[in-house]
Amino acid sequence: MSSHAVTADHDSHAHHDPNLQHHFAEMEQQFECSKIGMWLFLATEVLLFGGLFVGYGLMQGQHPEAFKSAHHHLDWRMGALNTIVLLVSSFTMVMAVWSAQTNNQKALIRNLILTIGCACTFMVVKYFEYSHKYHEGLLPGAFYSYTGPHQNAEFVFFSFYFMMTGLHGIHVTAGIVVLCYLLVQARKGAYNASYYTPIDLTGLYWHLVDLIWIYLFPLFYLIS
Amino acid sequence: MNRFLENLFLPPQASTHAKVVDDVFLFVTWVNIIFFIIVAAAAVFFCIKYKRRSANDRTPHVTHNLTLELVWSIIPLFIVMIIFFWGFQTYMVARIAPNDAFEVQATAKKWLWAFEYPDGTRSINELHVPFGRPVRVVLSSEDVLHAFFLKDFRVKTDVLPNRYTEVWFEATKPGEYVLQCAEYCGKDHSKMLGKVFVDSKADYDRFIAEGPADWKTMPPAELGKMTYEQAGCVSCHSLDGTKGQGPSWKGIYGQTHQFNDGTSQVVDENYIRQSIENPQGKIVKGFEGIMPTYQGLLREKQINGVIAYIKSLK
Amino acid sequence: MANTVTSSPTKTGTAPPHLNYLTENNTLKAWLTTVDHKRLGLMYLGAVMSFFFIAGALALLLRLELLTPKQDFMDSATYNKVFTLHGAIMVFLFIIPSVPAALGNFVLPLMLGAKDVAFPRLNLASFYVYCTGAVMALVAIIGGGVDTGWTFYTPYSTTTEGPVGLMAMAVFVLGFSSIFTGINFVATVHKLRAPGMGWFQLPLFVWGIYATALIQVLATPVLGITAVLMVMERAFHIGIFDARLGGDPVLFQHFFWFYSHPAVYIMILPGMAIISDIIPVFSKKTMFGYRAIGFSSVSIAFIGFLVWGHHMFTSGQSDLASAIFAFLTYLVAIPSGIKIWNWLATMYQGSIDLRTPMLYAMSFLLLFAIGGLTGLYLGAISVDIHLHDTYFVVAHFHYVMMGGTVIAFIGGIHYWWPKMFGKMYNEKLAAIACWLVFIGFNVTFLNQFMMGSQGMPRRYWTYLPEFQRYHVGSTIGSWILGFGLVMAAGVLLASLRKKEYDAGDNPWGARTMEWETVSPPITHNFEGQPVLRHGPYDFRVEPTPATVAGGRH
Repeated sequence: MSSHAVTADHDSHAHHDPNLQHHFAEMEQQFECSKIGMWLFLATEVLLFGGLFVGYGLMQGQHPEAFKSAHHHLDWRMGALNTIVLLVSSFTMVMAVWSAQTNNQKALIRNLILTIGCACTFMVVKYFEYSHKYHEGLLPGAFYSYTGPHQNAEFVFFSFYFMMTGLHGIHVTAGIVVLCYLLVQARKGAYNASYYTPIDLTGLYWHLVDLIWIYLFPLFYLIS
Repeated sequence: MNRFLENLFLPPQASTHAKVVDDVFLFVTWVNIIFFIIVAAAAVFFCIKYKRRSANDRTPHVTHNLTLELVWSIIPLFIVMIIFFWGFQTYMVARIAPNDAFEVQATAKKWLWAFEYPDGTRSINELHVPFGRPVRVVLSSEDVLHAFFLKDFRVKTDVLPNRYTEVWFEATKPGEYVLQCAEYCGKDHSKMLGKVFVDSKADYDRFIAEGPADWKTMPPAELGKMTYEQAGCVSCHSLDGTKGQGPSWKGIYGQTHQFNDGTSQVVDENYIRQSIENPQGKIVKGFEGIMPTYQGLLREKQINGVIAYIKSLK
Repeated sequence: MANTVTSSPTKTGTAPPHLNYLTENNTLKAWLTTVDHKRLGLMYLGAVMSFFFIAGALALLLRLELLTPKQDFMDSATYNKVFTLHGAIMVFLFIIPSVPAALGNFVLPLMLGAKDVAFPRLNLASFYVYCTGAVMALVAIIGGGVDTGWTFYTPYSTTTEGPVGLMAMAVFVLGFSSIFTGINFVATVHKLRAPGMGWFQLPLFVWGIYATALIQVLATPVLGITAVLMVMERAFHIGIFDARLGGDPVLFQHFFWFYSHPAVYIMILPGMAIISDIIPVFSKKTMFGYRAIGFSSVSIAFIGFLVWGHHMFTSGQSDLASAIFAFLTYLVAIPSGIKIWNWLATMYQGSIDLRTPMLYAMSFLLLFAIGGLTGLYLGAISVDIHLHDTYFVVAHFHYVMMGGTVIAFIGGIHYWWPKMFGKMYNEKLAAIACWLVFIGFNVTFLNQFMMGSQGMPRRYWTYLPEFQRYHVGSTIGSWILGFGLVMAAGVLLASLRKKEYDAGDNPWGARTMEWETVSPPITHNFEGQPVLRHGPYDFRVEPTPATVAGGRH
């Protein structure tokens, strides 16, 4: 073990990409590193929502009837529309990454705009759903003023509904902000086949946001 | 030696369950003593025996030894499994109360314990149980979490709002034991103490009939003071004039109290009695009506005692 | 190869001052915006140690109040706030970030032969997120204080007065700092190892920090969401933890301990990791059972996620759940035990040099053994019922947290101090401080074991007179302990007044890579890319000397 010597001084400055940070030896190492970081971040996101999913599951186990009757206040058509919108946005995001990989600047910009458009559509639909709840008095916690049947039993359902879709909405909004930043950078030509890490990582994030919605949708809108 | 360890570490054994728990405790103690001596002796011995003599000392290059590693993994595994099964089995024994158990309902609230006996008698911060029978205490909380802890009986359970938990025990000798709250519950958590009296049959019947024996001989004001401390008055009513959750008792006898509804009344015997039995009837200005009724909780003697005690507070 | 190994620091200590990470670009602005892991490590070190001494001072106040059963100088409401702050500051602002963020940041890239951590800017962000959380916590303290205990149990925490919400949000924010550090370290270990350094040539400190980082990443989000739910419950009465609204107060405990039990391993694994590096060096003998120690760290991290319910044996959870949690709890005992045996086996036939870091390592070994062994009582459910929420538990986790992690942390500081600052402290005084800490610690907490198993509940402001003798002993012990810690800090800080870098590049004769650069290291850590020439604990070869060519300016 004593002479495990690999040739020393690999500090070559041969191919120096301007996007390469000083503490990495090569672009590939930097890219893989970023990717590991992103996957770990996504793991934390899964666990963040995971806590809420577990809480929801336990509460539903305790009040199955109340949760069932509460979900009738939600319009499954709105939820389904939003599901489709997000699935489309996931597809356009994949296309954006592919465009960057193939150096297709125009397609990259177009796909980013489409993704942002879908995300905004999602938020608009969400706005209409929330305002509907607001008028019915189905806000969470102290603001709950619904006076129809089962009012007490449905209380916790709406607490979870707003917590989980709200947290998801925050993530969509954050996604929109990041995508807009990418769009600005993309128009400056910042991304190309040799450097597209930010697009790729945002794509991963965006798929996770979609994925979480795909779990939220049946959980709240399609209780049977 | 076991006796020595028991005295060092454990409170007196006063329930049938205590002995069972203590046996596990002592077994673990012996395991710990043996393992600690091995570790400490080895560490000290190696530090002396293998002290560095020069900077050029050579040491053997030993990377691992599978047999040794298996031995020191499997033997402890074996021992901890014994402890696990023993601990679990003795726990299960203590879970299920015998069918013929004497049953008491207990309610915890900041910061007192209220007990209700099978015949409807109620007491605060003192639990009387007949000797020679298993006792089952069913607990619930009115506010935050508390825990019902009888150290001499080795029992403890959390007390939860809107839910029931229970403990059971059978005392091995009559006497007086401490009840402590063991789940942090705020300001007077450490004063949320009570007493458990394991009475002989005759003593228990007397308690049900007329309250504890020593009340008879006690001067009323002293009984009042004890009631003040034990029934929970102390949490809200001060004796030195400082404002608590309720008005201080210092020198109020003979004063005039202003009420929230604009009326007023001189503090006299009747008013004090009213305030104990129906506290929501008249609420002193500047306070909230948060006091629960003590009707049925305090015996006649205690109410008279409290009145005498308030009179004595100048 | 020149025989400069393990010679005393004064002999090699005549190196002329060189430009290093401390002196290069040494302006306040440069420090505050630095992305250098070494500077961030030092800034973290300063921050966490400040909080350690604040929370330690609070502990001394608590002990003083408990000298007698009556009120000495604080009323019960103040006492409750002080013990909450002691716990919350120690856990969230000190122990959790202590070893990973302070020592890990400084040492990890050096050990791997890297120039920096994977995401230097994230590292800086992590520090400022930590500062934000700390400021929020301080505001909560100044704005009235919090009296929930560091565990924030509902429904007390959702009903009591005071800035509990702000404190919980501080915990939430601090969690992010912890997550950032964790992500950074995992990526660093995966991708920035020196050429030739495989997973089994990693120093064990790296293994420990790696396992810790995984827990930080996977457990902390749950704490975050728990804190948010608690705040929502407090602010909007959303009903999740409120039994009257159909919720479940015990659910909070499940959420809380799902994080906070793994958090125990966030605290102890780095401590074990430090010890695993100190013992071979001062025994001058290769680590016995290297793989066993590495894997035991990872298996502790894994099982640690499955045992949270052992905090809740009295909470009314089902008997089956209690049984499973107790069983898994005992499984954690095995990898922990393996580490102790391996450390002892490493010392066997070694060449043991009882210098200050090794003294701390020996303290750790004994204190952690007591901490771990007393855990055996708490896993036996029937015994735990008696001991739960008594001073026995308090003593147990102080033996693990303080006797384990903090002692290892201080030992680690003594071990890497010459690398950090290039200056050696007065070893005689440092050793005396170590003895004082050891004695004071045992006097403080052995008393608490006895009163705890005798039935003294924790978080009590007043107590039954029969417990007073133990309290008196414990309070006296706390003074010795406090004095020892202040002395240790003083001895270390006094060394900084030296004009010269007298420590030498490798004062302990270690074989890991952080000693293959100058002390203190240059800004980019190494001249060129170091490569692995020998295993981390291979004492058959001479240590690789620091590459100094051109390094000394």
